[in-house]
Amino acid sequence: MTLHVVGTGPLVTVQDRGRVGLAHLGVPRAGALDAPAAALANRLVGNDPEAAVLEVLLGGLTARTDAGCWVAVTGAPSPLWVAGEARAHACAEWVPAGGTMTLGRPAAGVRSYVAVAGGITVDPVLGSRSTDTLAWVGPSRVEVGAVLPVGPSYGEPQPLDTPRSRRPGPLRVTPGPRADWFADDALDVLCGSPYVVEPDSNRVGLRLDGPPLERRGTGELASEGMVLGAVQVPPSGRPVVFLADHPTTGGYPVIGVVDPDDLWQCAQLRPGETVRFSRRPAPPAPGSATR
Amino acid sequence: MDPGTVRLRPVGRTAALVEVGDAATALALATWARSAGVDAVEVVPAAETVLFDGVADPGALAAALEGWSPAATSVTGELVEVPVTYDGPDLDFVAEAWGTDRDGVVARHTGVEYVAEFCGFAPGFSYLAGLPADLAVPRLASPRAKVPAGSVGLAGAWCGVYPTASPGGWRLLGRTDATLWDETREQPALLPPGTRVTFVVA
Repeated sequence: MTLHVVGTGPLVTVQDRGRVGLAHLGVPRAGALDAPAAALANRLVGNDPEAAVLEVLLGGLTARTDAGCWVAVTGAPSPLWVAGEARAHACAEWVPAGGTMTLGRPAAGVRSYVAVAGGITVDPVLGSRSTDTLAWVGPSRVEVGAVLPVGPSYGEPQPLDTPRSRRPGPLRVTPGPRADWFADDALDVLCGSPYVVEPDSNRVGLRLDGPPLERRGTGELASEGMVLGAVQVPPSGRPVVFLADHPTTGGYPVIGVVDPDDLWQCAQLRPGETVRFSRRPAPPAPGSATR
Repeated sequence: MDPGTVRLRPVGRTAALVEVGDAATALALATWARSAGVDAVEVVPAAETVLFDGVADPGALAAALEGWSPAATSVTGELVEVPVTYDGPDLDFVAEAWGTDRDGVVARHTGVEYVAEFCGFAPGFSYLAGLPADLAVPRLASPRAKVPAGSVGLAGAWCGVYPTASPGGWRLLGRTDATLWDETREQPALLPPGTRVTFVVA
């Protein structure tokens, strides 16, 4: 079966769990920004966890199916209508053949996930169906007129226990690898002050405004590998949390790394909203291999 | 730095950055780690470090690195010949910086065997080492808004070829028709880390 895209809103992309193992070639991992929401959507319709879903920024998706199918919408609570009738968030919902589903603008959050039973089966690129918005590796973004193939489904979804609502909290930061490039109190400043989400935040990074983090010196860091959740600090002192489409290397020091379990919040914070950090204990040094 | 010592810096709870001091050693360590099957999802060499990401047990990584000796690893990757049309907008600038003329630039640029030491900036963009340090040239003060795919340029003593059109501040010597990046190839990057590279006049 296929999904015919009639409307998209600001940005719709296909995402799965990302494209791993190619960072040394400069390929960002991509993948659903709110990974637990995407995983839940897949579970609700009986998909494998690696099935591709649609990531919908601030609603606006309208799509028609040519065959009956189960869908589930998770993440930002976009109102869902099927053939004009309101349907539930985070539930398996049936869309009849020829039926049209529409996602409205969510009252809170940023990114909603639409799983279709069988998964979106556009051709994978380098082992993944995720679209990277930094270098545009992967399937092209979903535009009006797109016809998206859907795989065979496994039959009627089994009822699941109701997922618990998620509680946002401070982003837990593990200090390092370059905390020593910053003034002694920089981590305390980061973890003791509110930071405001900037409008140019995107899938590459959550850009924040707030008290600047002062550097100890004026040296330049040689480019080095970057990880998901890295809190990179450019010369302005304003931190950027690296998200799924982050560049694989970077030349600004990383003061700490946000816990992977907290990154879903970065996918759902709106410009103007406030975020706080809290400090995790530094991990034990893995040791130095010295001869 | 004592070449027999590597330093590990924790990066979150499942990654570590290993400081080795230069790109050639970083490439050697990354190459060794891949062949030794070191447990990491990503092994990313860079200018002075190697990042090991997706590491289940950072303690085991440190122990595994005990088995590496910088001196014992030499990188002998595949040799790729890249044909270049030397008509870049910065040829005269580079000629002046090198105290020669356009032909002299071409002779020196084609007279070196380079090694792709790491990728960054864009998928398939390799930093090629090989030019002597005294031929280093500064980047443009303000980058060009669009550098065409296949442009061959210099920044410092690095040489690079733009895999896709992008903004860029490298000094452009010329262009190649070679496809640097193709997602449909089994090896999408023409010059992955470890590749030996020579440039020839197209």
